Amino acid sequence: MELSGSEIIIQFLKDEGVKHLFGYPGGAVLHIYDALHQQDDLQHILVRHEQGATHAADGYARATGKPGVCLVTSGPGATNAVTGIATAYMDSIPLVVITGQVPSHAIGSDAFQEVDAVGVTRACVKHNFLVKDLNKLAETLKKAFFVATSGRPGPVVVDIPKDITAPHIKIPYVYPEKVEMRSYNPNLKGHPRQIKRAVDLLLSAKRPMIYTGGGVIMSEAANELREFVRKLGYPITQTLMGLGAFPGTDPQFIGMLGMHGTYESNMAMHECDVLIAIGARFDDRITGVTSTFCPYAQVIHIDIDPASISKTVNADIPIVGDVKDVLSAMNVLLDKPELPIDKSALEAWWNKIKSWQSQNSYAYENKPGLIQPQAAVEELYKVTGGDAYITSDVGQHQMYAAQFYPFDEPRRWINSGGLGTMGFGLPAAMGVKLAFPDKDVACVTGEGSIQMCIQELSTCLQYDTPVKIINLNNRYLGMVRQWQEFFYEKRYSHVYMDSLPDFVKLAEAYGHVGIRVEDPKDLHDAMKEAFALKDRTVFLDIMTDREANVYPMISSGKAHNEMDLSPLQQKIQADMKARGETV
Amino acid sequence: MRHIISLLVENESGALSRISGLFSARGYNIESLTVATTEDPTLSRMTIVTSGSDRIIEQINKQLNKLVDVVKLQDFTEGNFIEREMMFVKVKAQGEAQRSEVKRLSDIFRARIIDVTDTTFCIELTGSGDKLDAYINSLHETNVIEVVRSGSMGILRGEKALTL
Ligand SMILES: Cc1ncc(C[n+]2csc(CCOP(=O)(O)OP(=O)(O)O)c2C)c(N)n1
Ligand SMILES: [Mg+2]
Repeated sequence: MELSGSEIIIQFLKDEGVKHLFGYPGGAVLHIYDALHQQDDLQHILVRHEQGATHAADGYARATGKPGVCLVTSGPGATNAVTGIATAYMDSIPLVVITGQVPSHAIGSDAFQEVDAVGVTRACVKHNFLVKDLNKLAETLKKAFFVATSGRPGPVVVDIPKDITAPHIKIPYVYPEKVEMRSYNPNLKGHPRQIKRAVDLLLSAKRPMIYTGGGVIMSEAANELREFVRKLGYPITQTLMGLGAFPGTDPQFIGMLGMHGTYESNMAMHECDVLIAIGARFDDRITGVTSTFCPYAQVIHIDIDPASISKTVNADIPIVGDVKDVLSAMNVLLDKPELPIDKSALEAWWNKIKSWQSQNSYAYENKPGLIQPQAAVEELYKVTGGDAYITSDVGQHQMYAAQFYPFDEPRRWINSGGLGTMGFGLPAAMGVKLAFPDKDVACVTGEGSIQMCIQELSTCLQYDTPVKIINLNNRYLGMVRQWQEFFYEKRYSHVYMDSLPDFVKLAEAYGHVGIRVEDPKDLHDAMKEAFALKDRTVFLDIMTDREANVYPMISSGKAHNEMDLSPLQQKIQADMKARGETV
Repeated sequence: MRHIISLLVENESGALSRISGLFSARGYNIESLTVATTEDPTLSRMTIVTSGSDRIIEQINKQLNKLVDVVKLQDFTEGNFIEREMMFVKVKAQGEAQRSEVKRLSDIFRARIIDVTDTTFCIELTGSGDKLDAYINSLHETNVIEVVRSGSMGILRGEKALTL
């Protein structure tokens, strides 16, 4: 088969099994767009901003486990994509981003719309390529997919000069089934001796703790994890990125950990004697200050990325390998009718955890006439039966969603954890809905974040992706305001969202349905209505309590056992103390 | 502590900037970095001299290994290896006394004078970094016109080798 560079790109993507391509045209990719026009197997989704393309592809990848693919033009197309690439990089999401480049002969001449895309993206990609030779195009694309999806996944940029895609230059094409890269072969199998040592240590624990992250989801190891956790009967906490790998409604799950995790999770982290970290990277939002992190624990760390091990927290038993492989191997070792676990120690440990749980650290106060943002998320949970795909933006609403929507399945909770990118939620929801048209997809957002990629409402109409936007509208950049309230004596510097658009009218202007909710009484019906409108994108603009804060919280510089509790919870704790109960 | 790390790297245009970018992005020290192609034109050999706490050095090694362009890497510091650096020094050499003094010093250090004018010598010297430092220190500061140092290169002693 003789194909031009443009045709090779399209044919390759089809051969690779790609169904959706998120993109935006421009001069440097005109040849490719012309080739796209002449086929209809590969669906191109025309976003309204290249950031939207990367987030949509990213949401698609997080929900499906398949790589997300983008196509953007040179210069501003590439730079607009950078935020989305960095977002995917921080959360290890497999993306392949094809950027057009000025013709080879013009590279380096400051040509129109020239930017050194390989240079600009270097710091936020797993790897990137500049294609200099048409004969290497297919192989390079294959390498890009291989690198993006294997080992610790991540985004890969392939920069393709315009002349490489010229329609009249054709070369023979065969789909490269496999690529070999001598410099890249991620280690999958954990070391058997380390695995054995880890299991022995786990079984000897008196106060064990299982701490898991996004790596479990990435590695498709939810079933292995469930088996592992149930065999041991130990408490498990999950990071913001790991939610859903183990069911959020299972009693062995004691809540998310970290800055806005549950009191019980953080206390248990502080007091445990053996900690097993699985596909989690000891991010600073998890650990707080590392000097006081898990002071009594011996640490086992499973990660596919050797550089994640002993980076911020020293691992006593490091295991480099794919979480799925390592957990399977551990489950084999644990496959005994009776495990030599100190049952009474474990029971005492669970009792301690239960006393922390009785603190009910997520409890919030209802105020007459005001919609609490937590209540809105609880309503969302009820109406969707806990079975929706939830994307989010960044801020208080993101934390409320993580706290009040327990996920029982992996890949249902889709948020920008590492980079914390406002603007992620809506395009990501679009990507998810394209992958799962029959599923409920909601984007929990705030009036600040939603405006960062609001233009994608237009894309939602064009490609018929009826997502529900749950806008927790507090008229504040709430998370920033919260920090200013706590740490800057309520000096609310530039966090007031003045001159907000009428989101209902805005939704209508984009051809969607807008519903405003101001009274707590109307919340349930509005939520029901939004999801009843199956084939419409609905913008639910929920006016929430402006001053609500996310609790509990570990302030910076504090340890896990020094969480700040909400005023309500402080009162609960005082009452418990007065009754002589342990807290 | 000072570490000398030797790498085999794909001879690709972006490889060097990926490596130097890693050091700047993560705030690691680079004392010196040398690179050139090997007998296999698809591979470059690089020697990096860096310093940091054990934890930082471990991270540097892991992060370098993680780069897709890095084929193989070895931290020589713990092992038995040879390290050399090359230097050119241009010095003032005017009048008989000064010229013979420079020549005498060069003999002591087994340096070679590789270029001569009426007023200057250019000297070539290979050795450990300490030796090069000592040589410069032995010259009168005011006489040194220019110093060009290559940065360190390392190779393992004995039969061991860093090859594919
Ligand atoms: C692109 C970007 N810019 C700035 C920030 C810093 N930031 C974090 S949360 C936040 C406020 C978000 O406001 P909103 O979307 O209304 O959510 P709320 O906290 O009110 O729920 C800001 C500005 C960010 N995370 N991302
Ligand atoms: Mg807000």
